Amino acid sequence: MESLLSIAHVAKRFGGVTALADVSLSIAHGEIFGLIGPNGAGKTTLFNVLTGLCAPDAGEFRFDGEHLRKLTPHRMAVRGIARTFQNIRLFANMTALENVMVGRHVRTRAGIAGAILRDRATRSEESAVAMRAHELLEYVGISARVNELAKNLPYGDQRRLEIARALATEPKLLALDEPAAGMNATESAALKQLLERIRADSVTVLLIEHDVKLVMGLCDHVAVLDYGRKIFEGAPREVQHDPAVIEAYLGGALA
Amino acid sequence: MSDLISHWQNLKHNSRVVWIVYAMLALLLAVLPFAVSAVAGNAWVRILASVLLYIILALGLNIVVGFAGLLDLGYVAFFAIGAYCYALLASPHFGLHLPAWLLLPTGALVAGVFGVLIGAPTLRLRGDYLAIVTLGFGEIIRIFLNNLDAPINITNGPQGVDRIDPLQFGALSLAHSHQLLGLTVPALYNYYYLFLLLVLGVIFISLRLEDSRIGRAWIAIREDEVAAAAMGINTRNIKLLAFAMGASFGGLAGGLFASFQGFVSPESFTLIESVMILCMVVLGGMGHIPGVILGAVLLVVLPEALRYIGDLQNATFGRVVVDPSDLRLLLFGLALVSMMLLRPSGLWPSPIRKREFAAGE
Repeated sequence: MESLLSIAHVAKRFGGVTALADVSLSIAHGEIFGLIGPNGAGKTTLFNVLTGLCAPDAGEFRFDGEHLRKLTPHRMAVRGIARTFQNIRLFANMTALENVMVGRHVRTRAGIAGAILRDRATRSEESAVAMRAHELLEYVGISARVNELAKNLPYGDQRRLEIARALATEPKLLALDEPAAGMNATESAALKQLLERIRADSVTVLLIEHDVKLVMGLCDHVAVLDYGRKIFEGAPREVQHDPAVIEAYLGGALA
Repeated sequence: MSDLISHWQNLKHNSRVVWIVYAMLALLLAVLPFAVSAVAGNAWVRILASVLLYIILALGLNIVVGFAGLLDLGYVAFFAIGAYCYALLASPHFGLHLPAWLLLPTGALVAGVFGVLIGAPTLRLRGDYLAIVTLGFGEIIRIFLNNLDAPINITNGPQGVDRIDPLQFGALSLAHSHQLLGLTVPALYNYYYLFLLLVLGVIFISLRLEDSRIGRAWIAIREDEVAAAAMGINTRNIKLLAFAMGASFGGLAGGLFASFQGFVSPESFTLIESVMILCMVVLGGMGHIPGVILGAVLLVVLPEALRYIGDLQNATFGRVVVDPSDLRLLLFGLALVSMMLLRPSGLWPSPIRKREFAAGE
């Protein structure tokens, strides 16, 4: 079967710093793909390139059977890649419900005229949007906080809200940038359950994570980046014994 | 005060009470010009009409600044475009006298187009940088109006355009007094009622826009543009839409202003006007429609009311100690500083930020 996303020879430089060099990956339909690596390895840069936030210097992208050219953030969302952010970027002064409703923007149509006239089509679209948003808040487990402002939610719930907002765009690929960062053991166990549920609902997940236990227990495939290069790709079991990975994490002398 | 508000919150659930309040408000607004002219004279009815114009302007700017978070310091340019659009097409200047029902929407449309034209080059800018560039565009429009009297006389330059047609819809001219239910409604009052009607329309449109897919997209861009784009919002188009909608309100107000005054000149559209409109939005409470209306009312009425300080000084001291116009600017500055210190989110900020407490109901 053709993979959902395959990228080939992606490169990105910031001035003299090579953030990504010749990175190739392929992610299969319906899997959880883990992307790990030491700090500054280029994981988030790869995410940003993939979601159109920064333009790559070179590389080819195939997503869902199509070549992608000229990536811009909103087009990537239209294509079906949704993301969360390492440092949470919610719409702070909107309620949890409104945040998720914004996620529905890309799959709905109402314009200015519809907003002013509120014809039947617009009204039914609006109520469908609200209903779907409620469902998604329930899905990620924060339905008790529907009307709270995003900025007033506890940290773990903000992470969940970001996932709900991303899911609202009906992504084929959900890209999560360190969703477990700052979570305690209970919270990250609950997150693991949520991600398993998302995979079971046939959304492919690309996961950047530092929590090794989470990655090992959850991912079907893992790739390791170090200084912008891919040094490993394979099953989670193998990664722990790979000398290049050990060297990257622990330094050359110990390998 | 807070008791009163919570009492009102309870009453709000009673739809009959709400209707009675609205009916009383409508009655109040309907008799207001008669009452005001009886107490304070016709000059104050004129001020009422200009309050209504500024409400339209402030609500227009509120879409750009309050909803979409784009700091626009050249907003008065759209007011000017609407005004000149009306003035040039309904005055002896070109000998054109197009009907008002055509010109008012045209003014809004032309201003909306200019909103997109001026908005487009600024799309990559944010915050202070955007403010500076829009300020520049606002001045460019005014300077154009000032200088387009040569080589071909289009705007009549600094002299402005005069003898602009009053508003007329079919046989109904707003320039004459009418008999209604045994009451004589003078020309000035006609304008008041028309403006009031249009203000209600603009409030209605603002409210509907705020609570819609487009409105949410605007607010999302204000909150976090990067995240909004990542959620699939085409930030370029949605920002241009905000510029266009805001500008069209300004254009409508401009057309009304031109017909109401009968005269327009570039000096009505200076930077200080943009700043005043922005102050109305900020003082009232950015993004909150009732707050913005309050801001507009206060910033038009208070400076006018302060004119009486001169008379008051004469009565007490026998002479004018402080020139009232100096006092106005002084108090204006004082009001802005104390607002920033005491109520940084405006006099009447959005209560949606309190909605969370009502979630249990």
